[in-house]
Amino acid sequence: MALPKHASTLERIWHYAYLVICALIFLFLIAPILVVIPLSFNVEPYFTFTEKMLKLDPTGYSMRWYDLLLTFGMLEPEAPRDTSWWADAWANANWINAAKNSIIVGFFSTILATSLGTVAALGLSRPEMPYRRAIMAMLISPMIVPIIIVATGLFFFYSSIGMQNWGIPYLGIILAHATLGIPFVIITVTATLVGFDHSLTRASASLGADPVTTFRRVQMPLILPGVISGALFAFVTSFDEVVVVLFVGGLDEQTIPRQMWNGIREQISPAILSVATILVIISILLLTTVELLRRRSERLRGVSPR
Amino acid sequence: MTDATANGKPEMLTTADGKPLKAALIRAQARARRRAFLLVLPLLAFILITFVMPIGQMLHQSVYNPGFVMHEDIGSGKRTPIMTNLKVWFDENPAGTEPDEAAFAALHEDMLLLRELRAPGQVGTRVNYERGGSRSMFTKAARRAERMDPPYKEAFLDVDEEWADPELWRVMRDASSAYTFNFYLAALDRSKNADGEIVSVDENRQIYIKLFTRTLFLSVLITFLTFLLGYPIAHLLATLPLRYSNLLMIFVLLPFWTSLLVRTTSWMVLLQSQGVVNDALVGMGILGDDNRLQMMYNQIGTVVAMTHILLPFMVLPLYSVMRPINPSYVRAARSLGATSWTAFRRIYFPQTVPGIGAGALLVFILAVGYYITPALVGGADGQLISNLIAFHMQNSLNWSLAAALAALLLAGILILYWLYDRLIGIDNLKLG
Repeated sequence: MALPKHASTLERIWHYAYLVICALIFLFLIAPILVVIPLSFNVEPYFTFTEKMLKLDPTGYSMRWYDLLLTFGMLEPEAPRDTSWWADAWANANWINAAKNSIIVGFFSTILATSLGTVAALGLSRPEMPYRRAIMAMLISPMIVPIIIVATGLFFFYSSIGMQNWGIPYLGIILAHATLGIPFVIITVTATLVGFDHSLTRASASLGADPVTTFRRVQMPLILPGVISGALFAFVTSFDEVVVVLFVGGLDEQTIPRQMWNGIREQISPAILSVATILVIISILLLTTVELLRRRSERLRGVSPR
Repeated sequence: MTDATANGKPEMLTTADGKPLKAALIRAQARARRRAFLLVLPLLAFILITFVMPIGQMLHQSVYNPGFVMHEDIGSGKRTPIMTNLKVWFDENPAGTEPDEAAFAALHEDMLLLRELRAPGQVGTRVNYERGGSRSMFTKAARRAERMDPPYKEAFLDVDEEWADPELWRVMRDASSAYTFNFYLAALDRSKNADGEIVSVDENRQIYIKLFTRTLFLSVLITFLTFLLGYPIAHLLATLPLRYSNLLMIFVLLPFWTSLLVRTTSWMVLLQSQGVVNDALVGMGILGDDNRLQMMYNQIGTVVAMTHILLPFMVLPLYSVMRPINPSYVRAARSLGATSWTAFRRIYFPQTVPGIGAGALLVFILAVGYYITPALVGGADGQLISNLIAFHMQNSLNWSLAAALAALLLAGILILYWLYDRLIGIDNLKLG
């Protein structure tokens, strides 16, 4: 990207203008995500920087909105903060309960999506797979079909089979979220299987390993980074999904996105921003993990970055 | 093998146990195919149950509405056919027949049953979908049904003059069979007149076509904006050394990994009239305090927030196409005397077209069906077709119309998806 020595003045001007434009676009991408972080520490219930905040006055900042996350919905939020206070928060605080629900739903749907998706990706990446293209298109389609259509269809389907009477909590949401996560697992796992050397499996078989052992000892270690990133994608998809929960979730099945959705629609308070901040931090951690996994996978497969 | 043709005539190749090699090979291939298919089968079955069947059910709902023919008791689940007498009359008399005394007598008989089942509201609602103001007529007539005496025609007209309206009878005739395409007509701003001809609805009641057009227009606009913003940074990322570009890539991937609700909330914080952008503009003296910009709860909010949210889907395909482009082509063009603009236009840009196609199609497909962001920042005129589907599902409870709208949207999406598969191939879809 460095400018050659013989560049004309006009080219130089354009080059720097281009860099400035790119910097502005990067700012456009990242600023909205970072802006919520300082605002979540606002002492006032406003969504903008107060003068005290701009002057970096410590009294302009507080943890009150994070505190509200803990206490909101508690029976006795004013009680002294001993073990029973924490037990109360754990049992009754709305956001903590929503987080528990989100994690339960996310965990089971991820397990389901990852196990089914990985096995299917193994089949799909075999050269002899029949109708490969059509089946692949169908398995990826939950990512493409608008979420509102999926939610509408599930609403009709679940009510026609009477799923709400089965008495299995979260079942409808878990199945739906697994479906939504499957495309991500398929894409990431098939990506790691591209260029997979099938002579490795043959070598393993010729040394006396049965197919299961071959999978466990030869294939799995090689595709594991892809499987884990797929699982993380599936988890994030579930953790962020609100429309299906709104349509088919029971009244007591509050998840974090649903709670946020209600909060935004009714009355947006800085407490939402503190949730948003926590979620941003989680996404930074996840991004780092996936990036490390991708590098590991490239190293394992001998595809080193140029 | 080597002397397979040794004694003059060709001998069949066989495996060690004497089977013909060709047959054995075919069998082995079939076994391999079956094995690959068996690996995919569990997932295929899962998707069929949790995805394809629900969508099939939705399509069924879009042409099927039993509101006028079947009553289901909520408590016991007992199903009772309703409006049967009227159905018989409709079957005996062709469409367009003036309702006679026999018709009203049948209607009266059915009303008595409705009253007993407490179902006049359900039937009225079904008719109301196609002819506004009908629901109260049914509840009112059912209330009076027990006290009615023949001739029933006069008795009904006493309750409400509108009972003679030929359009009402056309709607009831259509509703008396549970299967109908009328919801698709409604979704396209069409309806049937009293004679059963398809006509456009009043100009001021046309909403769906307008909304489809708006959805398409905004999606094209958003796709274009993501291209405008995505192209420069994808180019920068692709030409920088990998050390730097991997670092800058975080700016693209972090939004991609951040919760959609968080990003939408952030835009609400930024765009509100008391929000960060307005405050900054006022603080810098660009805007007066009393004419703050209204950037949210309108189309601007939807377009800005969705452009931000969908930008990574444009940058990533562009980047993966731009990265392998050999820089020596542009250098060769320059050395042959092309200006930097000509070199870009004639040499670099054509090589990036596949990436533009992939990114634009993906962004467009995702934008057309967007729901959450327009619902939160769109206000009244920033709503897209998905929001109207949700409205009919949750507020007006006209499920069949919602299903018909969803089916039309789905058809459009599937065409685009097919196009994407043909042009780019689903295998080339990459995440990060």
